[in-house]
Amino acid sequence: MIRFDGVTKQFPDGTTAVDDLSLTAPTGKITVLVGPSGCGKTTSLRMVNRMIEPTRGGISLDGQDTGRMDAAELRRGIGYVIQHAGLFPHRTVLDNIGTVPRLLGWDKKKVKDRSRELLEVVGLDPKLGNRYPTQLSGGQQQRVGVARALAADPPVMLMDEPFSAVDPIVRDQLQDEFLRLQDELGKTIVFVTHDIDEAIKLGDQVAVLRVGGTLAQVAEPQYLLAHPADDFVADFVGKDRGYRALQFEHAPRLTLHSEPSVVVGETPSSRASWLLVVDDDRTPLGWVEPARVGDRPVASEDLHRGGTVARASGSLRGALDAALSSPARRGVLVDNDGVLVGTVRAHEVLTAIEETERPERDEDDPVHGGAMDVSGERG
Amino acid sequence: MDWFLANWPRVIDLAGSHLYLSGVPLVVGLVLSVPLGWAAVRWRASYPAIITSSGLLYTIPSLALFIVMPLILGTRILDPFNVLAAMTVYTLALLVRTVADGLSAVPDHVEQAATAMGYGGLRRLFGVQLPLAVPVIASGLRVASVSNVSIVSVASLIGVSQLGDLLIDGYQRVIYGELLTGILACVVLALALDRLIVLGARLLTPWQTAGGGAA
Amino acid sequence: MIPSILEWFRDPMTWSGPGGVPTRLLEHLWYTVVTVVIAAAIAVPLGLWVGHTGRARWLVSVANSLRAVPTLGLLFAVSLVVGPYIPGDLAFTAPSIAVLVLLAIPPILAGTYAGIDAVDPSARDAAKGVGMRGRQVLWQVELPNALPLLLSGVKSAMLQVVATATIAAYLGLGGLGRYLIDGLAVSDIGEAAGGALLVGLLAIVLEGVLSLLQRRVVSPGLTGRTARGSQDGDDAPQAEAPADAPVDVRG
Repeated sequence: MIRFDGVTKQFPDGTTAVDDLSLTAPTGKITVLVGPSGCGKTTSLRMVNRMIEPTRGGISLDGQDTGRMDAAELRRGIGYVIQHAGLFPHRTVLDNIGTVPRLLGWDKKKVKDRSRELLEVVGLDPKLGNRYPTQLSGGQQQRVGVARALAADPPVMLMDEPFSAVDPIVRDQLQDEFLRLQDELGKTIVFVTHDIDEAIKLGDQVAVLRVGGTLAQVAEPQYLLAHPADDFVADFVGKDRGYRALQFEHAPRLTLHSEPSVVVGETPSSRASWLLVVDDDRTPLGWVEPARVGDRPVASEDLHRGGTVARASGSLRGALDAALSSPARRGVLVDNDGVLVGTVRAHEVLTAIEETERPERDEDDPVHGGAMDVSGERG
Repeated sequence: MDWFLANWPRVIDLAGSHLYLSGVPLVVGLVLSVPLGWAAVRWRASYPAIITSSGLLYTIPSLALFIVMPLILGTRILDPFNVLAAMTVYTLALLVRTVADGLSAVPDHVEQAATAMGYGGLRRLFGVQLPLAVPVIASGLRVASVSNVSIVSVASLIGVSQLGDLLIDGYQRVIYGELLTGILACVVLALALDRLIVLGARLLTPWQTAGGGAA
Repeated sequence: MIPSILEWFRDPMTWSGPGGVPTRLLEHLWYTVVTVVIAAAIAVPLGLWVGHTGRARWLVSVANSLRAVPTLGLLFAVSLVVGPYIPGDLAFTAPSIAVLVLLAIPPILAGTYAGIDAVDPSARDAAKGVGMRGRQVLWQVELPNALPLLLSGVKSAMLQVVATATIAAYLGLGGLGRYLIDGLAVSDIGEAAGGALLVGLLAIVLEGVLSLLQRRVVSPGLTGRTARGSQDGDDAPQAEAPADAPVDVRG
């Protein structure tokens, strides 16, 4: 558990970067600090491992005042990931990963084994180990950065915009893998981003900071979307927050329709205006218009691929999007293995939405709350 | 100071020669380095060859180059043209790399925008690439000018007259005033050339100083 | 001119005795190595300190402004002022060596400082962030990354010294410069030009040796000379820039 206690940081030029911040990052959870530039989120993060010293107030790690620890020792026990990865260009990937274990005096063999192991943990090809950072793509560098931070298995990780320098598709992929990894490792993580979508996707709790370094609100993401504490938070959270909140509502309450389908390469028997095409494993491939295909077997050029596919165990947001994007107006739902389960119509999803309850507003609004109870359920 | 006051016409005269011997090669070297630097960037394969050979030229000690120059040019050893040629070689050696670096530092999107608007090869070079490379080229030119002024004084050892004469004469006859005047005159000349280049670069790149110096 | 050079090279006197090429060559090498080592011993720690702490950056500017002073003038002035206080033969060599050291310092200082200054701030930040202490950051991250520019500075300094040592023969210093100065003094073009060719050759060979050394000690991760394997990653590789930029100073 990381606890900020009335932490203030004033820089020598007189600007106040962080103003009386009190916040707790619970053990084993991801706490996201989010806000516009100049809100002091990075400064707050860097005060945890004492890259920046607070002007007033204190930060404790599992009850121990970090100000009394040796700064270098403290940092070796905290994983640190930064925006451009900050890899050492003169060292190979494996040597980069082994940095902290070597600082801790592990023997060479153990460092090497651990580095190789981590390369796999973060999903990198083992043969990249002897490359140098400049030979890697941005996404690969960022993975190495995460591996380096994990090397000595620190209980706490600080991550400063680790995914913002890579392109959106890679970012999405890295975020998903990061969540999968966190499910396994259960680190106490403080994560800084300026991207509210990333904050909502990754955070067990999200702390919104405003310019001048004051805490505007701290809450679970779905609560934040439903009950922004003030205009600033509402504005920052964004316009389509109602829609985005749907990603925290689970879809299983939907009643599914069975959908007639045709396997690709066979001739459609139905004369419906749109027919779903699947492969041999019943994984949906797209829609066809039988009238256009006629008596030919369905070929892959015939497919209309506009519709999205949602997981039946996923969120209402996914189900609604599947329905809205489908040319047949029927949203395709699959199970966890990608096998067709059935379809759902938009109005049915909307009905399900109307039946869900918005997150309860706490009587004791946790704007300046201390430790929060976080259930840890993610969409 | 006394020595300078007594001999200032001669100092001015020598300073003129010094400026001529270091300044003309600066201009000629710049003019020649543009096509070479451009070629090194345009044909990437030629880059290492051009840069390495110009680097090697820069390696040769000045006095040695002054002495060997007649061998290459077929001139007499006392001909000031040897010094002009040697200084041009140094300037060229230094500037080719600078021009190449300056041209490759022009952002890709700017070059592509220029091409998309219909700028052809040469017009793109003179209309877009070179102007944007001016700051880098100017910094190379500054290094070259300071080094030229210093090297030219060595030419007195082969009998080509300029401010270096004051250094040698002052040393041989132990006239501190003359030696000091020679050194100071060289420093002043170097600084003046340096300022001139900075000023020229500023005039050529008004966008660098406009807009309150925003990054 | 060429026949007289060939004649000088063919003369057995050219190759033997205290004035012979092997002796002069060794002298020249000796001056060069000694001065560059002394200059590096002063300038590298200073540059590391200025770069690492960010303090006293004016030192670098002061050293750089020394470039505007003509080397010939500096040689004469120092030997005129200091020479009389030094007894015997040293009166000629010691001031010259001192000037050579003085001239070798600015390029090494500038190269070292520029090298440290050019270290990717995020790599430095990460080094502190993973728990390196000040010294560890300097030795394990800043210095290895500064090596390309640092060694470029050493290379410039070395060429500067080779060139200036040649001129210092005018003040009685030994080395290959003797042939140039003595040849000019007696209008023996063969000797002067022959010596000039030797000096040029020496400079080029030394430059080559240092470039090889640079290749050996600089991490392949910094030079972009690493073999590029297949890119089986998730997005395009980042562009790389060679870290070896020129820090040229000479006279």
